[in-house]
Amino acid sequence: MEEMKNQSRRDFVKASAAVAGGLAIGFHLPGKVAQADGGGGSFAMPNAWVKVGNDNQVTLMVARSEMGQGVATSMPMLIAEELEVDFSKVKIEFAPPAEAYINSLLGGQLTGGSTSVRDAWEKLRKAGASARMMLVSAAAAEWGVDASQVRAENGQLIGPGGKRMSYGMAAPKAAQMEVPKDVPLKPVSAFKVVGNVKQKRIDTPAKVRGEPVFGIDARVPGMMYAAVAMSPYIGGKVKSYDDSRAKNMPGVKGIVQYSRGVAVVADSYWQAKKARDLLRVEWDQGPNAGLNMQKIWAGLQDAAKQPGATFRESGNVDEVMPKAVKTVTSTYTLPFLSHSPMEPMNTTAHVTADKAIIITPTQFQQLIPHVVAGATGLKPEQVQVTTTYLGGGFGRRVEVDYAIDAAEISKAAGGIPVKMVWSREDDMTHDSYRPAGLYTMSAGLDGEGRIVGMSFHSTSPSISARLFPSIVKDGIDPFSVEGIDNFPYAVPNLKFTYQMHDTGIPVGYWRAVSHNLNAVVLEGFIDECAAAAGKDPIDYRLAMIDMAESKHAWSGLSAGVAVGPRIKAALQMVKDKAGWTKPLAKGKGRGVAVMEGYNTVIAMVAEVTVSPNYDVTVDRVVSVTDAGPLVHPDQALAQMESCINFGQSGCLWGEVTINENMVEQNNFDSYRVARMNEAPKQLEFHWIKPAANQPPGGLGEPATAVVQAAITNAISNATGKRPRMLPLTPENIRAA
Amino acid sequence: MNITFNVNGKNETVDVAPDTPLLWVLRDTLGMTGTKFGCGKALCGACTVHLNGMAVRSCQTPIGSVAGQKVTTIEGLKMNSVQKAWIAVDVPQCGYCQPGQMMSAAALLAMNKNPSDADIDAAMSGNICRCGTYPRIRAAIKAAAKA
Repeated sequence: MEEMKNQSRRDFVKASAAVAGGLAIGFHLPGKVAQADGGGGSFAMPNAWVKVGNDNQVTLMVARSEMGQGVATSMPMLIAEELEVDFSKVKIEFAPPAEAYINSLLGGQLTGGSTSVRDAWEKLRKAGASARMMLVSAAAAEWGVDASQVRAENGQLIGPGGKRMSYGMAAPKAAQMEVPKDVPLKPVSAFKVVGNVKQKRIDTPAKVRGEPVFGIDARVPGMMYAAVAMSPYIGGKVKSYDDSRAKNMPGVKGIVQYSRGVAVVADSYWQAKKARDLLRVEWDQGPNAGLNMQKIWAGLQDAAKQPGATFRESGNVDEVMPKAVKTVTSTYTLPFLSHSPMEPMNTTAHVTADKAIIITPTQFQQLIPHVVAGATGLKPEQVQVTTTYLGGGFGRRVEVDYAIDAAEISKAAGGIPVKMVWSREDDMTHDSYRPAGLYTMSAGLDGEGRIVGMSFHSTSPSISARLFPSIVKDGIDPFSVEGIDNFPYAVPNLKFTYQMHDTGIPVGYWRAVSHNLNAVVLEGFIDECAAAAGKDPIDYRLAMIDMAESKHAWSGLSAGVAVGPRIKAALQMVKDKAGWTKPLAKGKGRGVAVMEGYNTVIAMVAEVTVSPNYDVTVDRVVSVTDAGPLVHPDQALAQMESCINFGQSGCLWGEVTINENMVEQNNFDSYRVARMNEAPKQLEFHWIKPAANQPPGGLGEPATAVVQAAITNAISNATGKRPRMLPLTPENIRAA
Repeated sequence: MNITFNVNGKNETVDVAPDTPLLWVLRDTLGMTGTKFGCGKALCGACTVHLNGMAVRSCQTPIGSVAGQKVTTIEGLKMNSVQKAWIAVDVPQCGYCQPGQMMSAAALLAMNKNPSDADIDAAMSGNICRCGTYPRIRAAIKAAAKA
């Protein structure tokens, strides 16, 4: 079973990469012209993104998962800009898996990597323009005039002599018109929808009424509820189980074994859960038996002695280091982290002999038909996937494990529809964790304090080695070198190496992925070099920025072009806006960090108060962001707020530990996250005006990494101590 | 066992075990899914509802203890000043925790017409938001207080 799933995953990755490569702008669905809408009306689709009802209702398809980041508003805004419709009247619908919806930057219909707007920026405006041109052509044909005599305005087609036709009237014919080859776009200066600072989120009113259907809210006729007993041991399997007490509990309809455990299927979740608690399962611990943090750290330390794979090199570090006036060497230690979105993992599945219906909060809907097919013996085309709203994602829902589980349970329970809901404990102990790692850096400084040679050696598990092994090349996972292969400082001699090391703990993409590892330790280390040089941390960085070119070769989600001037501008602005040189009271500290990631440059200053017991309060965060043009400005800002909160939780308290091959944290009492009273009282955001033709950068993730480095540096500034082991708990600061 | 209680002004009779948490009665038995499951241990506040006007965690409130009493859920807030402020400030991101946040905020404002930052911290720190909407929640509570 496991092998089958892996095989279909590999096939999928291969297939989707081929599709993405050959499909620069794919926005047509095969065989979709005019269809009944199920409510007595009908609709037509000029292309995969635009549905027009015969009642003139325009529905825009959202092909990315809405997990809070605002894609359900920002993506339709891009379509509407060119479609010429009243944006306040459009409806949205989440797209099913289809080739037309593949994210060209990721090669799959997948939401992640802060790519949604970047991928959509031109594509969705073209989709809107193309649909508009087809509507215009349809009206022109109907009236027997040239298309140039017809214009589109506010959902209406206007022809010579005051002829008018609604989009709804024109749509069935438009869907059969030739797809325009040349699709000109209006200039940024003519935008009416995109960039509107007053635009509100489309989904807010319904969310405020408690209406929208998250995965956990799904209901289908005849549905039962499943609670599960999964192995508490990482990688463990069911050896045997005794359900004699559980099976006689009220409401219980069945108890079934599936790949990962034992499921109780009952009339309600609570009945299922109570019976689940009475199951007695014997577990085979598997290859990780007895694993604990001492062994994990020892394994990482041992692996760190290996030379690793070189991902960036220039000059000759070995030659220059002995000649350095001063040498700074540090090792940072970063822990495993949990995603813990507020909605625990869940899926509603109905698997019958010839069909599977999967309703799920997923970031990766396109993978699900393939893995569910692998798990049930169906064909991928027999698997129908509906994406719901996601109660948070943060990378956890790139994984499709919980959809496979629900499908297996539905099938094993005799083909009944089942809603499987994980408890918070299930969720937190069966995550794919942000990798732990060891980071050793060494810098040689010249007489002026400038870095003339630097080595960087990271030892950490690879995420992609499990999920997308084909992208791992020569010992380098591109997602493991993010935030460091685009090293922004002009240092003539560099040697950066990565040593992959599997700890036995499943690791996954956690918001900002390896920027949280590499950029956090790098920016901490640059502060250490500034201190060794006796220089101000901002001035020190400004003097060393590489203004020439960007040399990174691996992390394809970064800018890929020169960012030195953008970094310089952001640092200069944050120095000014933060009041960097103003003295602070005793016990307070200020720290800076800067990073380019996802083609967004962020410079940030954090101010903290550290108590005599080393409790940290984040008082103020000032950000300067260069993310190009903002499609939905208020939600661009919301993403900065969101990242700061997520990064603050991660660096101050986040730590998942393993003992006896079990995750020790299982709820919000043992895994601490930021609460209202801990949120910084002062958040200030400044934006760099985009250059002409600058494309948008991603905003869903990068600040998550930057804020962690800024907080670390602020603590150091406040205490004179340099904590190199995260999280930044009182114990770890005191021990520094 | 039949238990009768009042939800959003309407009497409901449910046949469930008395130890069933109010949360699951609302969600599974009555189909009112606005109230969310987050932790099951009263640690996150996603399941917050009002019981006789007080904010309680419905995941830790057995239905047996609710018989004959008044429960208000997000579906029963009926677009009050808190919800209007939430829309004006565009608070939600993923939105999953927001029903609980709004129920806590509504209970706070019912007791305290003009809460200070410290009052907001005290009343709202039991509600976790992983998207980090705290600054907007604070702003929306202040806006609702002025409305």
